[in-house]
Amino acid sequence: MRIAVLSGKGGTGKTLVSVNLAAVAKISTYIDCDVEEPNGHLFFKPEDVQEEEISVKIPKVNNELCNGCRKCIDFCKFNALAYIKDKLIVFEEVCHSCGGCIMLCPEKALTEREKVIGKVQKGTSDQVTVYTGILNTGEASGIPIIKKLLAENKPEADKLTFIDCPPGSACIVMESIKDADYCILVAEPTLFGVHNLNMVYELVKLFNKPFGVVLNKCIEGENPAENFCIEKNIKILDQIPFDNELGILNSNAEIAVRENEKYQALFSSLLETVKKEVQHETTSYS
Amino acid sequence: MKIAIPVDEKSLDSNVCVSFGRTPYFLIYDVDTKESVFLDNSAAASTGGAGIKAAQTIVDNKANVLLTPRCGENAAEVLKSADIEIFKTTSASVKDNIDAFIDGKLPLLDEIHAGFHGHGGN
Repeated sequence: MRIAVLSGKGGTGKTLVSVNLAAVAKISTYIDCDVEEPNGHLFFKPEDVQEEEISVKIPKVNNELCNGCRKCIDFCKFNALAYIKDKLIVFEEVCHSCGGCIMLCPEKALTEREKVIGKVQKGTSDQVTVYTGILNTGEASGIPIIKKLLAENKPEADKLTFIDCPPGSACIVMESIKDADYCILVAEPTLFGVHNLNMVYELVKLFNKPFGVVLNKCIEGENPAENFCIEKNIKILDQIPFDNELGILNSNAEIAVRENEKYQALFSSLLETVKKEVQHETTSYS
Repeated sequence: MKIAIPVDEKSLDSNVCVSFGRTPYFLIYDVDTKESVFLDNSAAASTGGAGIKAAQTIVDNKANVLLTPRCGENAAEVLKSADIEIFKTTSASVKDNIDAFIDGKLPLLDEIHAGFHGHGGN
């Protein structure tokens, strides 16, 4: 069972929810797909960490073979190539590794070469297997790293896997939720929070994923994100209060469910709700 | 000598465009013949790498210098490889900047910014 946790912006509580769900599930896998700034490992402090570098293929030019036809330049949607003074220049950071220029070059002046863009780490924290994807600063796309993280973790029905997604609703998030069985959307109780919730709501609907919402940082009074869920008939899985104690635990990189009974109970109940939702979805689809 | 300038409109009375890579048009002004040519900037709507493509246009149109309020590092690399010098515009008016350049009053652009990459989302 693969559960993806996402939100339209950073700082809503994706890591809080996914880390604590993984920790409360005891035997589970946590995958940090927020490769631009992974922070789940700060909470889990995994041990026995193994590391693997991730490379992409980028074009390498042989200017003796290049005749300046510019087919590669015209093809590249990302403008990663320029032809200056009878020389083809490749802008590595701009290249998205599609390989199109290499396929098109009639003179075979372009070949592939490997370029390291980041790494994946695997470690353990109690009985949680912790995967972290790390993209090097300045690289165009973290998708190859996410692909590697998810390929290493084939979905298994009886294994609980929590995917901590990058913020937003761009390609990198789509890649992270693609094979998820269920999506948890985390939302803040503000109008801005509703705007961001709507982004991921539209995304999971587009992907036909079963989903529910966790309302985070809830305070007394009206909650625009709750109103949004009621209006759209979206399942509210749980409400996490705006709580000083939780804030302190979290900012000290402690895992709330391992330190505090109240949160142990809250996330256990959330986990049970999510499991039931997934089972319900599985039966209603089969 | 040919001067390239990013401009908001296809007119010598236009203002200099605040963006190099995503300017709608370029003016190529020939100092010797006083001839003006306006080019559409095909890079303006690019998903990414607009500066590189815009710089390629400047190179292909054989400009010797570029007058611009700012320029990103990838574009600057293309222009540098083509030996095109970059000068910083000091006012909004295209005409004033051409005159200032001819009088030797424009400074070289020495602050190359790191680009605004990825702000449109990928």
